[in-house]
Amino acid sequence: MSNYVINHLKELESEAIFVIREIAAQFENPVLLFSGGKDSILLTHLAKKAFYPAKIPFPLIHIDTGHNFPETIAFRDELVEKLGVKLIVGSVQEAIDKGRAKEETGADASRNSLQIVSLLDTLEAYKVDAAMGGARRDEEKARAKERFFSHRDEFGQWDPKNQRPELWNLFNGRKNYGEHFRVFPISNWTEMDVWEYIKLENIDLPSLYFSHQRDCVVRDGVILANSEFIKLKEGEEVVNMTIRYRTCGDMPITGAVESEADDLVKIIEEIATTRTTERGGRADDKRAETAMEDRKKQGYF
Amino acid sequence: MDYQDIELLRFTTAGSVDDGKSTLIGRLLYDSKSIFQDQLDAVEESSKSKGFDYVDLSLLTDGLKSEREQGITIDVAYRYFATPRRKFIIADTPGHIQYTRNMVTGASTANLAIILIDARKGMLEQTHRHAFIASLLRIPHAIVCVNKMDLVDYSEEVYDTIVSDFKAFSSKLGIKDIQFIPISALNGDNVVNRSEKMDWYQGSTLMYHLETVHISSDHNLVDCRFPIQSVIRPHTLENQDYRGFAGRVDGGVFKPGDKVKSLPSGFVSTIKTIELNGEQITEAFAPMSVTMTLEDEIDNSRGDMIVRENNVPEVSQDLEVLVTWMSASPIQARTKVVVKHTTNETVGMVKELKYKIDINTLHRIEAIDKVEMNDIARLSIRTAKPLFFDAYKKNRQTGSVIIIDEQTNETIGAGMII
Ligand SMILES: Nc1nc2c(ncn2[C@@H]2O[C@H](COP(=O)(O)OP(=O)(O)O)[C@@H](O)[C@H]2O)c(=O)[nH]1
Ligand SMILES: [Mg+2]
Repeated sequence: MSNYVINHLKELESEAIFVIREIAAQFENPVLLFSGGKDSILLTHLAKKAFYPAKIPFPLIHIDTGHNFPETIAFRDELVEKLGVKLIVGSVQEAIDKGRAKEETGADASRNSLQIVSLLDTLEAYKVDAAMGGARRDEEKARAKERFFSHRDEFGQWDPKNQRPELWNLFNGRKNYGEHFRVFPISNWTEMDVWEYIKLENIDLPSLYFSHQRDCVVRDGVILANSEFIKLKEGEEVVNMTIRYRTCGDMPITGAVESEADDLVKIIEEIATTRTTERGGRADDKRAETAMEDRKKQGYF
Repeated sequence: MDYQDIELLRFTTAGSVDDGKSTLIGRLLYDSKSIFQDQLDAVEESSKSKGFDYVDLSLLTDGLKSEREQGITIDVAYRYFATPRRKFIIADTPGHIQYTRNMVTGASTANLAIILIDARKGMLEQTHRHAFIASLLRIPHAIVCVNKMDLVDYSEEVYDTIVSDFKAFSSKLGIKDIQFIPISALNGDNVVNRSEKMDWYQGSTLMYHLETVHISSDHNLVDCRFPIQSVIRPHTLENQDYRGFAGRVDGGVFKPGDKVKSLPSGFVSTIKTIELNGEQITEAFAPMSVTMTLEDEIDNSRGDMIVRENNVPEVSQDLEVLVTWMSASPIQARTKVVVKHTTNETVGMVKELKYKIDINTLHRIEAIDKVEMNDIARLSIRTAKPLFFDAYKKNRQTGSVIIIDEQTNETIGAGMII
């Protein structure tokens, strides 16, 4: 590579850091939405780099569905401790108990869409005006049109047909009272970029991402962890499998892949040859062709 | 393959409705094996349910519900793929005149534009517009793809006529680097794989061009510009006096030891360190995000700019800009607006509407009393405080502004400083 060119990972890093710094400068109460997945871990890592040697100047918000993997929670607490950053937890269980959200019923019940209520409640309670997340445009087709600075009306809704144009690197974060922004600093990263960068920077991840043995249930072709949160349907049985996760959502809906990949090199090799998208394993996206777009309009991440 | 050491190329696609943009992108993704099985399954299924007898690759990019219903692209969609040589970001934008603003958006960050022409139709007024926008936004490289060659019997004559028509027009535009390629996006001829049906074409495939076009000189490496995003003050015992200036280099090459000047204060100092995350950097250039510390205690803040002592940008409250109007409400002279430039924001007043450009003929329309959505016009703007800027043709970052409506906060104009 010739002089005065940076490679694509450095360029993506540089773009994300620029955006994170813009958020801190343009908003009064920004937060980082921390899901415990690799993308939000990456985002937290980039935020640390952006402000070093100062600490990350905004809190992390975690929406706890009560259905999280225990590994995710342990990892979250350790990371927050290490960075000396404030953590705010929004609880879906609490929203249900207060009657703000209604639990789905049946064997396929999930708390995925209930997160929207807790998320919006938490953002309101802390008067958050910018919530940054680790969503990427390559994840899903509705996300391919998402802006870096995504404007939400006072009901937290996204209007895909009326998005602000984004030109050069001039990000318009101006808003009226009660409105807020979702900001996506790693919009331009692909799954491969994320893994390559994690390897390059030696970023710690929860053990879930690496190959391990686990009791599982295979439902509609999706491998789900057996846990107290799922009810077995007729004919289903628990099998011990060698698996890992490509994405970490809620325990009852996140599909695993059978995999022997127990380190980053093997994971990257596996991704390079894999034939399904990482969200292909998520039961929530399979509900309808436009499932993600519909949830996003309502205020999903 | 050393995936960690490849460059990033951003390109945009311009073409009229049905010229085959979405199909071409689908083809690039498909032939470079960037499409996953579950995405392909979904596209096959919707093609079948629509009664098509081939797999409609355009469904891969037409993401939003309303677009799939109408079968057209109404917004900018971003797509990603990588080959062993490069990683690509595609801004797929619609080509209709009412979407000029989306095209401008996609073009603003692109290194390269693909301009599609339907071989059966040849140069159309719209093609003029697409070429003009690419030149206006100073996209350094353009590739003209003459598409649907399969529908004109892969005819060399048809192709040659279109190429010479295009050249006759584009000589007026000043795009530095233009390549021409005859393709069939539907069948894949000359996209990733060489066509067997056009042995008269000696040039390379589209993918080869994308992988090899020289982009390292696309950034300005001469005029040092560092707009400050924020000041980093850790307020900890071991970093009592630390004062770092966080920002992204917009031009030139900065090194520790360089004599620099801060704008607007005019104070001169020397760069002490350039760093990121505590790691020292010996040379910083665009588009690197870094943190800079200076030898002297200078009270810089967001919106200030660090430059070289003897190479300063223009400092002025008067801007001459070519704008693309992005809003449904037109603008008239004497309207108050917010202007955003680098990390600076200020109120301003549109003083004068000078002329509009007919983007199909490139003729000027003088004596105008308003500028409407999708118009390209020249305005004079007076800002409340001075901005530090360069001409857009010298630097795409320090030469661009966005115009924001004071009431609605919407981005209503995109401006290039003359
Ligand atoms: N025969 C032929 N048809 C094509 C070719 N490229 C695109 N098409 C067809 O042209 C139509 C419009 O293509 P699309 O990609 O949606 O165009 P867009 O509006 O520019 O995105 C579709 O029916 C495509 O199948 C080509 O190279 N040859
Ligand atoms: Mg299209």
